[in-house]
Amino acid sequence: MRLLTHNMLSCNIKGVTNGFPLKLEADKWVTKEVDLNADFLRGVFPKIEWPALVAAARALDYGDLPEQADGSMLTSEDFLRRFHHALLELHVEEGALVCPETGRRFPISKGIPNMLLHEDEV
Amino acid sequence: MWYLCVFYHRLLDYRRPEVESLAELFSREEVDRGSSPLVEWMLPEKHHMDSPFHFVSLPSEDIARKIASRSLLVKGIYELWGQGTDYEELEQAIKEYPEDRKLPYLTEDCTFKIIVDSFGKVISSQEQNERIHGLSYIPFKGRVNLKKPDHKFWLMETDDYGSNNGLPPVLQKTIFFGLEVGAANRSLLPTYQLKSRKYIGPTAMDAEIAFLMANQGLAGPGKLVYDPFVGTGSILVAAAHFGAMTMGADIDIRVVRDGRGPNCNVWTNFEQYNLPEPIGLLRADNNPPPWRPGLKEMFDAIICDPPYGVRAGMQCWLIVPDEKRVDHIPSTAPYSLTECVHDLLDLSAKMLVMGGRLVFFYPVSREDGVMNSIKYPEHPCFKLVYSCEQILSSRYGRHLLTMVKVGVYTKEVEEVAKERHREFKENHAKWLEEGNLHSAVFESNDGISKFDRDSKPKYRGKEIFSYCNATIGIICINIISKQALEASYTLKFKPTFDRTVLMTKIKKIDISPAKKVMEQQKSQQLYNSMSSHEDLTNVAMLMIHNPLLICIMCDLSYVIFDASINQSSALLITYNVAFD
Repeated sequence: MRLLTHNMLSCNIKGVTNGFPLKLEADKWVTKEVDLNADFLRGVFPKIEWPALVAAARALDYGDLPEQADGSMLTSEDFLRRFHHALLELHVEEGALVCPETGRRFPISKGIPNMLLHEDEV
Repeated sequence: MWYLCVFYHRLLDYRRPEVESLAELFSREEVDRGSSPLVEWMLPEKHHMDSPFHFVSLPSEDIARKIASRSLLVKGIYELWGQGTDYEELEQAIKEYPEDRKLPYLTEDCTFKIIVDSFGKVISSQEQNERIHGLSYIPFKGRVNLKKPDHKFWLMETDDYGSNNGLPPVLQKTIFFGLEVGAANRSLLPTYQLKSRKYIGPTAMDAEIAFLMANQGLAGPGKLVYDPFVGTGSILVAAAHFGAMTMGADIDIRVVRDGRGPNCNVWTNFEQYNLPEPIGLLRADNNPPPWRPGLKEMFDAIICDPPYGVRAGMQCWLIVPDEKRVDHIPSTAPYSLTECVHDLLDLSAKMLVMGGRLVFFYPVSREDGVMNSIKYPEHPCFKLVYSCEQILSSRYGRHLLTMVKVGVYTKEVEEVAKERHREFKENHAKWLEEGNLHSAVFESNDGISKFDRDSKPKYRGKEIFSYCNATIGIICINIISKQALEASYTLKFKPTFDRTVLMTKIKKIDISPAKKVMEQQKSQQLYNSMSSHEDLTNVAMLMIHNPLLICIMCDLSYVIFDASINQSSALLITYNVAFD
């Protein structure tokens, strides 16, 4: 699971009002290289919840993202490279996503988070 | 500029939409269109819409070249130097073509080659040479280079090709002469064909169709393409081939994760082709989707084949007699098919960027289509731009729908969409409910195969599944030959249906010994010639015309059978393989 995916997901159990961001508990992660596409990064940047990305990257021992970011930083190649790395290259293979409100765990196994809800949660 | 666009004679409905989609993809940044249409079409005089020859107006030569090289259905795009109904007329036309267009390609320092081609007819090499020599009035100064010429010229004609291609007869011979601007590269198809793919399932998308879907979805570098029914990833493989980043979800974890062992899963399908693996795969439902509230406009395209339950999911399907069909409920119908489409449209309306495309298959009852005009599902955020039919049987087809997001998704839109959906469901989608789709696909008119419902085989898919991936996708045996049936057992494949039941059915058919021998040979030939998925279509056709063949199929990743064969002696057994 890349952090882009993490940034998109939330706990949508019925009644939960604050299911985002999911806390990332990573047991095993790797770096997988992805071609950097600056246009894509610029397009996706406004849709990213920045603090959630920073926290998730920290959980994977990557601390090179600024605490806060705004659109003007997208002109910096250095920033783009860090953003790219955090968003698309860090890949969590085993671990879990934990709902901040209920503590419900969504396991990540072989790189795939299981977001399926139980019948009584829908 | 106008060009001659020559298509392959296949998937006729998909040809113009593919060219138009690619034109849009390649000209997004380059051309300021104003109000004029990007692509215009014209047919050569007396040519039918299904003719391979079309005239097309494209924004630039560069775009024409790019379209041709990425398209699956364009054979080539040519700058037309002349056309005529005979060679005198052609000569006249070529001579009249402006010198300043011709001369740059005829100079001493460039090499060239002339290719003679004809639609639906073979021209002998002697005739070809004669025709090339007949063009001596064109002042070529450069040298001929057959292997790697700078310029390729094509002499193409269409003439009396008979009626076996399903086209209306040619009213008039036409000869075209043109300079090749761009040509197709279909060599990617053998690379990606399903039979050599490591991990496929019963609903894996045929490679050619998957590429067409990716083209209509405008997949390309810097784009994020999402498939909410990712299955074994075949659609995303096509999108990734064209440089897009991909993301997929599936409700079934066995599909997205485990696959068939540690080195046979969705990830390895990308590895196999040296493509970047999906940015994200997840196990999730579309109702409710797993996205955080407020998240929208993430994807550039959503391309998918929603699970209408026709192929996957059934443990085993035998012809179900009418009186038994009433309570025959397909095992995969977690929620109704129309709900599935509604959820897809709503999810896409929210998650696509403005101008982003939703490309998906929608099942259509062909009988319904003949009697009434077909009604597609609608959503206020979407404009339908293309619908391309793929005929799967005489009474069932599917349409590839391409929609463009034209409206912003809001709460009000959500309400309007719900209302439209309700209206659609009540008035237009009856046939999609419950088992109707299955009936449309598999319904049989004959009364011979009254298999007892309880004797329906129940097996787990493992053994069959490993067979599925083998090159041989089909076993044809002759129902009149018990030996042949026995022989087929040795082929790794063990049908687990009740043999005695089958044998009773077989015995009922009696035909002459001569006919029997003929049928045996025919099925043997058929079996020997079986090499690709495409052949399945031919087999299906053969079966319809040949009631004496019985066909046990595995890996129905391609063909949907029409079991509505009128001859009472016909018997079809179709195995669908479930993932468990």
